[in-house]
Amino acid sequence: MSELTELTIKEAARLLRLRSISAADLVTAHVDRIQQLDRRVKAFLRFTPELWDKQADQADKRIKDGDPGPLVGIPMAVKDVLCVRGVETTAGSQILRGFKPPYTGTAMSRLFEAGAVMLGVTNCDEFAMGSSTENSGYHPTHNPWDLDRVPGGSSGGSAAAVAAGEAMIALGTDTGGSIRQPAALCGVVGMKPTYGRVSRYGLIAFASSLDQIGPFARCVDDAAITLAAMAGHDPLDATSSDRVGRDVLNNYGEGVEGMRLGVPREYYDVQGIESGVKAAIDQAIKSLRDAGAEIVDVSLPHTDYGLAAYYIIAPAECSSNLARFDGVRYGMFTEDAENITEAYMRTRRKGFGTEVRRRVMLGTYALSSGYYDAYYLKAQKVRTLIKRDFDEAFQKCDAIVSATSPTVAFPIGSKTQDPLSMYLCDVLTLGGNLAGLPGISVPCGMSEGLPVGLQVLAPQWGENVALRVARTYEESSGVKAEVAPLD
Amino acid sequence: MPLSKDEVRHVAMLARLSLEPGDEEFYAEQLSGILAHIDRLQQLDTESIPPTAQVVEVANTLREDVPRPGLTQADALANAPAAVDGFFRVPSIQEEA
Amino acid sequence: MTSPWEVVIGMEVHVQPRTRSKMFCGCAIGQLGDPPNSNVCEICLGMPGTLPVINKAAVEACLKTAVALNCEIPRHTKFDRKNYMYPDLPKGYQISQYDLPMSVNGVLELDGRRIRVRRVHLEEDTGKLIHAGDKLHKAWESFVDLNRAGVPLMEIVTEPDLRSADEARDYAVALRTLLRTIGASEADMEKGQLRAEPNISIRRAGSEELGVKTELKNINSFRALHRAILYEVARQAEVLESGGTVVQETRGWSDAEQRTFSQRSKEFAEDYRYFPEPDLPPLELDPGWIEDLRRALPELPGARRARLVSQHKLPEADAVLIAADRDLADLFEAAVAKGAEAKPAANWIIGEVAPSGKFPTPEHLADLVKLVTAGSITRDQAREVLIESVETGRSPSDIVAEHGFAQVSDEAALLAEVEAVMAANPRAVEDYRGGKKQALGALMADLKKRAPQANPKVASELLLRLLG
Ligand SMILES: [Mg+2]
Ligand SMILES: [Zn+2]
Repeated sequence: MSELTELTIKEAARLLRLRSISAADLVTAHVDRIQQLDRRVKAFLRFTPELWDKQADQADKRIKDGDPGPLVGIPMAVKDVLCVRGVETTAGSQILRGFKPPYTGTAMSRLFEAGAVMLGVTNCDEFAMGSSTENSGYHPTHNPWDLDRVPGGSSGGSAAAVAAGEAMIALGTDTGGSIRQPAALCGVVGMKPTYGRVSRYGLIAFASSLDQIGPFARCVDDAAITLAAMAGHDPLDATSSDRVGRDVLNNYGEGVEGMRLGVPREYYDVQGIESGVKAAIDQAIKSLRDAGAEIVDVSLPHTDYGLAAYYIIAPAECSSNLARFDGVRYGMFTEDAENITEAYMRTRRKGFGTEVRRRVMLGTYALSSGYYDAYYLKAQKVRTLIKRDFDEAFQKCDAIVSATSPTVAFPIGSKTQDPLSMYLCDVLTLGGNLAGLPGISVPCGMSEGLPVGLQVLAPQWGENVALRVARTYEESSGVKAEVAPLD
Repeated sequence: MPLSKDEVRHVAMLARLSLEPGDEEFYAEQLSGILAHIDRLQQLDTESIPPTAQVVEVANTLREDVPRPGLTQADALANAPAAVDGFFRVPSIQEEA
Repeated sequence: MTSPWEVVIGMEVHVQPRTRSKMFCGCAIGQLGDPPNSNVCEICLGMPGTLPVINKAAVEACLKTAVALNCEIPRHTKFDRKNYMYPDLPKGYQISQYDLPMSVNGVLELDGRRIRVRRVHLEEDTGKLIHAGDKLHKAWESFVDLNRAGVPLMEIVTEPDLRSADEARDYAVALRTLLRTIGASEADMEKGQLRAEPNISIRRAGSEELGVKTELKNINSFRALHRAILYEVARQAEVLESGGTVVQETRGWSDAEQRTFSQRSKEFAEDYRYFPEPDLPPLELDPGWIEDLRRALPELPGARRARLVSQHKLPEADAVLIAADRDLADLFEAAVAKGAEAKPAANWIIGEVAPSGKFPTPEHLADLVKLVTAGSITRDQAREVLIESVETGRSPSDIVAEHGFAQVSDEAALLAEVEAVMAANPRAVEDYRGGKKQALGALMADLKKRAPQANPKVASELLLRLLG
């Protein structure tokens, strides 16, 4: 039944509607594939058989009752930072080992209501801090295209699961590129929505002003369907927009004829970009021009400062967000401490991994008395400049296209000693988070036998524009996300 | 500007992270390296630039004052490493003077 | 002898606004004595992945308070995180307001003095810690109850404008009255709904420089507030007079020992690392909304006190007592409107209603006052009638009619009783007529025993006439 693990949502929905297959069959095919492969890929941390049995059952009942919802019965993997009631959720960290949330986050409950079936919890960098999934408190995940290489991160488990055919769709979170970059490195579609498009309720926060939940899929349509189902205002998230979630699909089928697509020179020639990546992007741009788009030069002059601003704002917010991990109400706990301060300090030293501690320290420092203005406030002002860069660029174009990552997937262990080299993985994606923009990464060919991703960024609330460009590219180029040839 | 070990100790205390052997040197070196990159922000004149704390314009999302059911005491304590008689138990907060 | 020291006090008061649910989640506000951790949800427990949403009623109560305190209310306000880790603070930070509070630069008039209010802002309360063990047996564990975590609080901060323990207490009382009057809070100190934290310093009289201040915590009554300040002022004076220096610190108040004590902490200087709360969009306060709140405010206590004096001719002391409580003042004015005479109505309210907290209807109070003024019942009888009226809801006239203890003021009706008293006490009558005027007392006492419903004034006049 292995072909069932290569279906798109539309194909699966058709087969389900025709009763050629059942939701239970779909789940079984994916579970079989997981059992066969995940020892090597290690995309998952945990599985949820109680959920998939119940949800597949409900899906089959709904199909029998004639419910044609596109997500009914679709097998889905969920990143370990997203809370589902009763399912152990640890943010990839030892400090949260055993934590079972007493509630389900909004995005997940909307997808469950839409009929999606949860297979399990995917691996990620601890508290979503990283670009390779090597910072997981459990184990690294391997790139399905080359098991010696990283899948990217932080949502590496979700990207790898979809690339390996272990899940049809998956959920990730993107704070500086954590959906788009692993999507690029694993050769799948990954989308980060506009900040505020999807409720963050149930997302274990890394950096609250940057975090967004988004989908992984093997085609643009699937990503769009998944996003539309979870988007829209949530009374439990004060930063969620009151715009209607289905907006993301407006005229999204309409091609790029007459559209202006901006190529920022700072992104095109970004430091460290591999020639193979550049070649694939050149091809993609050509293909979009052939499809009727006008390609224009734009500039994002503060690109060189983005990383610096990001590595103040994100750690500062994380240092505060992670203060709740104290071993009192949940998570790891130190037995024999003399007093509460010692208990806190030992629990956190032991429970957090190196990268998390590094960022908590950095963020605490940036907010501390005497440094706030020089670091935090300064970074927020530079954030304004970066947002203005995008505002100006979007005066000249409808969307921006670039590589998603300057490199293809790199060998496991090759960047772990040098944090800055790892941070540079996000140099093309984090601007989208600082400016709150929607962005998508679609596969655009291979370099050295490894996938390359094309990033499309659109103005705030322009998901439909980004999706439209990505879909047109996918259709006209004939480059499709494929399940990695693992067997 | 590189971080001194004193600063590392101060920040670690604020962040409630204990320092194990080697940690002070490790953080001092690593944070200084990252800050060396971050210091490029000082090149920019941002005198007249307002800060951006939130990037999307949403304001005034208020909640009506309507109670909704919370968790049972058992559910509230279910994840606690140490719970006693309905309370979370913690080591002494009375630190020695 | 006047003291060489001038006392300088600033007050920080935390008040729980009247809301049904917590500041940032839908948990109901619990009661004192609820089981621990029974008014909590994933949000106020600080569970990973949860987010705050601002309670509109708390914002409204804070704005009402700000308007009543004549504050400036900026267009733009926001919430910030105050970061510190403590087991009663589930998220490791308190959501509060830092550089753009909801209101600034207000004033509360206190007996003609203007106490400047620096700011009024909104924040959330912490949970409760219970410590096992005691000072001898070093506590090895503490217990955390998060029922109060996330309960809304208004923080009201004055400039250092208060000059004595009396003034500090009067300020706190006046603030409570104001909050109750406008309906922003029940402000019950015993329930922890109003908590005052004075910071106190002293300086040589005439000096402009501020002394080193100490901040007092754990004060749970107006009386304790007053005593704690008196104690602290004396303590600081003693320290300075013996050549020492006052240490800037937080001190607790022990009600049992009637003294303040140093709350020593090993903590180095606090660094709260405030920054804007990214989970909450800023608030743009619509001036129309503020105007609506301003218009809907009831008459404030200061204005009402003045009016009770000018309009109802009450003595200042009575007006202060009645205006201090909106319910008392409402009762007073309604009873007067129903025909009660002002001064006696005030007396009944101050003497009977306020201490018992048992409120008659204005109609019934007016009825009672009229019965007493007309001499139809005695004061003692009236007291009983009032209690019965409150308990049964029946009018004083009905109760008096039923019990038949309407006071007898009719001379014809009293004549038989007076003659009977004279007949029964021939010696006293003889003594009185013989010039021993004090014999009248015995006769009156016997009359009161035989005819308790007799109007004492009418009866004694009648007796004197018959004797004379
Ligand atoms: Mg406060
Ligand atoms: Zn709650």
